[in-house]
Amino acid sequence: MNQSPILIQVNCLKKYFPTTEGILFQRETGAVKAVDNVSFDIHKGETLGLVGESGCGKTTTGRTIIQLYRPTSGQVIFDGFNLGQTKGKELRTLRKHMQMIFQDPFASLNPRWTISRIIAEPLRVHNLAQGKESTVKVAELLELVQLNANYMNRYPHEFSGGQRQRIGIARALASRPKFIVCDEPISALDVSIQAQVVNLLEDLQDQLDLTYLFIAHDLSMVRHICDRVAVMYLGVIVELAERDELYDHPLHPYTKALLSAVPIPDPKVTRARKRIILEGSPPSPANPPPGCRFHPRCPLARDHCRTQIPEWREVQPDHWVACHEV
Amino acid sequence: MDPILQVQNLVVKFNTLEGVVNAVNGVSYAAEPGKTLGIVGESGCGKSVSVLSIMGLIPDPPGKIVAGKILFKGENLLELDNQQLESIRGSRIGMVFQDPMTSLNPVLTIGRQIREAMTLHLGISREEARTRSLELLSLMGIPNPEERFDDYPHQFSGGMRQRVMIAMALSCSPDILIADEPTTALDVTIQAQILELTKRLQHELGMSIIWITHDLAVIAELADRVVVMYAGFIVEEANVYDLFNDPRHPYTLALLNSLPSVDQSRAHERLATIPGSPPDGIATFAGCPLAPRCHFAVGRCLHQNPGLEYIGSDHKAACWVDIQTGKEL
Repeated sequence: MNQSPILIQVNCLKKYFPTTEGILFQRETGAVKAVDNVSFDIHKGETLGLVGESGCGKTTTGRTIIQLYRPTSGQVIFDGFNLGQTKGKELRTLRKHMQMIFQDPFASLNPRWTISRIIAEPLRVHNLAQGKESTVKVAELLELVQLNANYMNRYPHEFSGGQRQRIGIARALASRPKFIVCDEPISALDVSIQAQVVNLLEDLQDQLDLTYLFIAHDLSMVRHICDRVAVMYLGVIVELAERDELYDHPLHPYTKALLSAVPIPDPKVTRARKRIILEGSPPSPANPPPGCRFHPRCPLARDHCRTQIPEWREVQPDHWVACHEV
Repeated sequence: MDPILQVQNLVVKFNTLEGVVNAVNGVSYAAEPGKTLGIVGESGCGKSVSVLSIMGLIPDPPGKIVAGKILFKGENLLELDNQQLESIRGSRIGMVFQDPMTSLNPVLTIGRQIREAMTLHLGISREEARTRSLELLSLMGIPNPEERFDDYPHQFSGGMRQRVMIAMALSCSPDILIADEPTTALDVTIQAQILELTKRLQHELGMSIIWITHDLAVIAELADRVVVMYAGFIVEEANVYDLFNDPRHPYTLALLNSLPSVDQSRAHERLATIPGSPPDGIATFAGCPLAPRCHFAVGRCLHQNPGLEYIGSDHKAACWVDIQTGKEL
């Protein structure tokens, strides 16, 4: 198992978004519990995968960890600093070390800025380089992501999706971060380009000693790139294990269903296997079911699942699961 | 068996400000009754344009079907006038589009939208159409169809909307269903529901399906025959088992290799990539469109297009090179 030190510790993290009623006099009428009591560690140099269906809170988890959203409660300890309690200048200094790569390479780059300005922005914000020095750094960064440095003065619309994603990666690397949240970085790309970007992310991790939180819904790519994988359902993590352990011996019924839903690119294998089909779709996180959140769709659900929240426990070394029936 | 639908040497161009986009460059395929034809390729390869042509949905201008035939039960759809086409479209040929969020009208109830095609094509009364719509909705696995009938699209989830779209496409019991990336916008668990539903419906209704996707894994599960497209050309055509076990075109091989291996022991090996990116459509090719990105390319590839040729009894590929030996054919 991974013996390297812990870089990020997430303890009982919650992020609720209040729902309001009224126009002039807004009152809070409830909350969307996007992330509800989530705890895990991320080790230095590893890639932790976070998978789940849309709306399960995986993006919110990533954003809350790097304080793009402030948590409702709970702690995020990054390299010894409790991020929830830092603010202002101190937080800004820490932000240098945490960056994000976004899903949509068309929406995440300012169309009116040149590539060099986009990539130099973190350098400017954190006072890392100015003028000529900044230009040299931008050129280095472009080469790092295997783009031609002569492209520096072009605009985002002149690039293809895969190239734009590389620009987004160069921007994330500009402040020399230790930790990067990759939020579905390849979902918007064509198949032949996905492999290029995945290989690039792996190379950069080796070269620069990066730690990734890799958020995705493509489970086969997650198995390829991640060291450990966490499965989220409706705001909670239901299972967390080392990747091969999780894919070969999933314990939680949701993980089993999710894995069996993934089509396999081999006609013989995919047609021979029996699939677990989940009925319906996930309920709303504004009003999650009591007890285990998965119980309305769970084939194993029994009475206590409807009332008691299952405990998050380590059933085997490094294999965590939240289910009464395991 | 005679194919239900045949596309023959279809050429479609679009006039844009940047120049003429050669979207589809002489493509032929056939859909057989009770079978599924998969069309696979990356964005911009012409897979959607080729099926939009079948439905007569290419906006003209800027689009133009320059050449080719589309034979539906022997009748050339391209020669029909709008009224004749109207009687086939939505009735004999059903279509499901990619985005279930934008292809339903947000201000009309689900029930009204499903009923529309039936009252139009089958000439049945509103009451009959309602009864049939309810049957269809329950066939699609939508719980409490009676209650949901008068709901609006925003009250349905993405997966449910896609089921409604499929219900609409199937409402007049078409001979052929064309599905253009119908599960791309959906989660894997919902995709699994739709794939199982499609297989069941095909088994029960015996219709022919053309399924367009960029996802090879979905093709592996659903298709009987597969067409691989690149830059507006078909580069390989084979039955699904041959295509996955014995790919003969460098592009098909590269696509398969760029996926993480199913075989566990090789799952963490570095992914094979295709250098560069797909051409933008305006570029024209003297030779093979893949040549600039191809590891196997020989001199001939740059100035002579190989054309789709039989390389086995039931297997076609468009390549000058035998990729198993690396030698020129």
